[in-house]
Amino acid sequence: MGRIAFLNANAAVAEAALVAGLGFYAGYPITPSSEVPERLSKIMPEKGLPFMMMEDEIASINACVGATASGVKAMTCTSGPGYSLKQEALGMACMLEVPLVVVNVMRGGPSTGLPTRPSQQDVMQARWGTHGDHPIIALSPCNAQEAVFETIRAFNLAEKYRQPVVLLTDGSLSHLHTKIYIPDPEEVEVVDRAQPDVDPDNYYPYEYNYEVPPLAKWWADDGKSYRYHLSSLIHDKTGFPTVNPKYTQWLLERMHKKISNHLDEILKYEYYKMDDAETCIIAYGSTAEAARVAIDQAREEGIKVGMFRPLTLWPSPEEQIRDIASKVKNVIVAEMNLGQYLLEVERVVGGKAAVYGVNQAAGVLIRPSQIYDKIKNPSKRVEIGLTEEELKRFGGGE
Amino acid sequence: MGFHYELRFAGVGGQGSLTAGTILAHAAVFHTNYYATQVPTYTSQVRGGAAKADIIISDTPIIFAESTNVDFFLATHQKAYDAYKGDLKSSADVLVDSGLVTVPAEDKNLYKIYEYPLVKVAKYEIGNVVTMNILAVGICVGLTHVLDVNAVRETVKEEVPQRFLDMNMKAFDMGLEIGEKFKKEG
Repeated sequence: MGRIAFLNANAAVAEAALVAGLGFYAGYPITPSSEVPERLSKIMPEKGLPFMMMEDEIASINACVGATASGVKAMTCTSGPGYSLKQEALGMACMLEVPLVVVNVMRGGPSTGLPTRPSQQDVMQARWGTHGDHPIIALSPCNAQEAVFETIRAFNLAEKYRQPVVLLTDGSLSHLHTKIYIPDPEEVEVVDRAQPDVDPDNYYPYEYNYEVPPLAKWWADDGKSYRYHLSSLIHDKTGFPTVNPKYTQWLLERMHKKISNHLDEILKYEYYKMDDAETCIIAYGSTAEAARVAIDQAREEGIKVGMFRPLTLWPSPEEQIRDIASKVKNVIVAEMNLGQYLLEVERVVGGKAAVYGVNQAAGVLIRPSQIYDKIKNPSKRVEIGLTEEELKRFGGGE
Repeated sequence: MGFHYELRFAGVGGQGSLTAGTILAHAAVFHTNYYATQVPTYTSQVRGGAAKADIIISDTPIIFAESTNVDFFLATHQKAYDAYKGDLKSSADVLVDSGLVTVPAEDKNLYKIYEYPLVKVAKYEIGNVVTMNILAVGICVGLTHVLDVNAVRETVKEEVPQRFLDMNMKAFDMGLEIGEKFKKEG
């Protein structure tokens, strides 16, 4: 049996990572993510697991890439400014195809922005932050309980597809303490990376006849070590660099196909009161909870509105969004940024429905009342959801 | 809607407002089988900056944990009182430290104000100013009975540093009595 706890999403992520089999953590503390390393720094040494407080953000993720390449499950955690600093090594992790979980507790940006305030401004960066034609998986839980299960899922997807997975939470989830259930590892599916069925002499880390070639651990049960080469340059099956156009194209296409061929498993989403909906709210993360309250309120008045909530933001659930667009009149994308996922939704909807945004990048949560107002009047701009009195509390501006 | 109760504990960093909030929330979750949320707000100053904890206790899951109708408000600093009185429901129970907070006359018509020298009593009668937050938790429970007294007492035992246990239990029981008295007097 697992246990009931009263935790914020940061602590929930830390606990869930251990359930998923976390074997190595390296990080550099940054608000509002620091409760993740704080908690792990206490628990991991007690379990004999390495926890490394590194000198900076890129060293942290580099250490994690090394650790996961050797065969253990690794995670690092940060917030926007630190996520920027990790991009180079995140690209390397995509190129090496190593399992890795990177948590980004989103705060207001750009740059150092709003250290203690929530945002959802790193959604596009999660997709395209690092350069090159890389695939990515990004997940977005809406509360601490879901953060537990999405963290476990992040590890599982990373292991199964040899793929870095980004877990996006935000500065409000990191402060909101709620009652949650932390399962035992036996109660949930825990995936470990596939191992080669050939002996070390015949092993190649990028074997051609696989969609996801097995990534051998550096130690074998019989004591005979797998030794191989991983390169961040374009490589052939041996892991050594090549500029051969045939293998270059093959590598990039396979890296994308290993994700796009398995959308059934990678995509996760929720339909909320969508059966007869004429208006669809698309929201994710903490904003989705505000949307839920707004929808309940509008439904009481007989307004036909529902929500489509992607838990997997990247790859985006294109087929599902396209299907919704063919059934509803209006699509409203609510997010704590100036319109990032809105762009993706507009692209996928392709003019089949009217697309509107509730966009607030003010460092405060979008309130249910703001989404409710937008449901009632989609073409009207939504203002910051705070009264003059409330704004006074923040000071500044004189 | 079934049972739904909102509390706000506000002070300045170091006074124990956040711990007081945690105790109420833990009592609800671990000793009462309710749902609860706690949202702490604080500044980067460890001591001296305004700090508050918003606690919602409910018999159903709490979807959007925003406190907009606060039933009970504790303010142990003028700065905290002024900054955070905005979301109180009309006739909310408001407990303030009489030595540190001056309640404006117009607020006395809006809310039920209970003034008590929390800091002074904690320091001179109980023996340590750090027990002030537990004294306040006691008064809150005695006055409102938002949760079962024993559930909260058990949680106080679990949450306070063991070396201050006796002193804190004394503070809690004293607070209960004062709260009950406030309740009778109305």
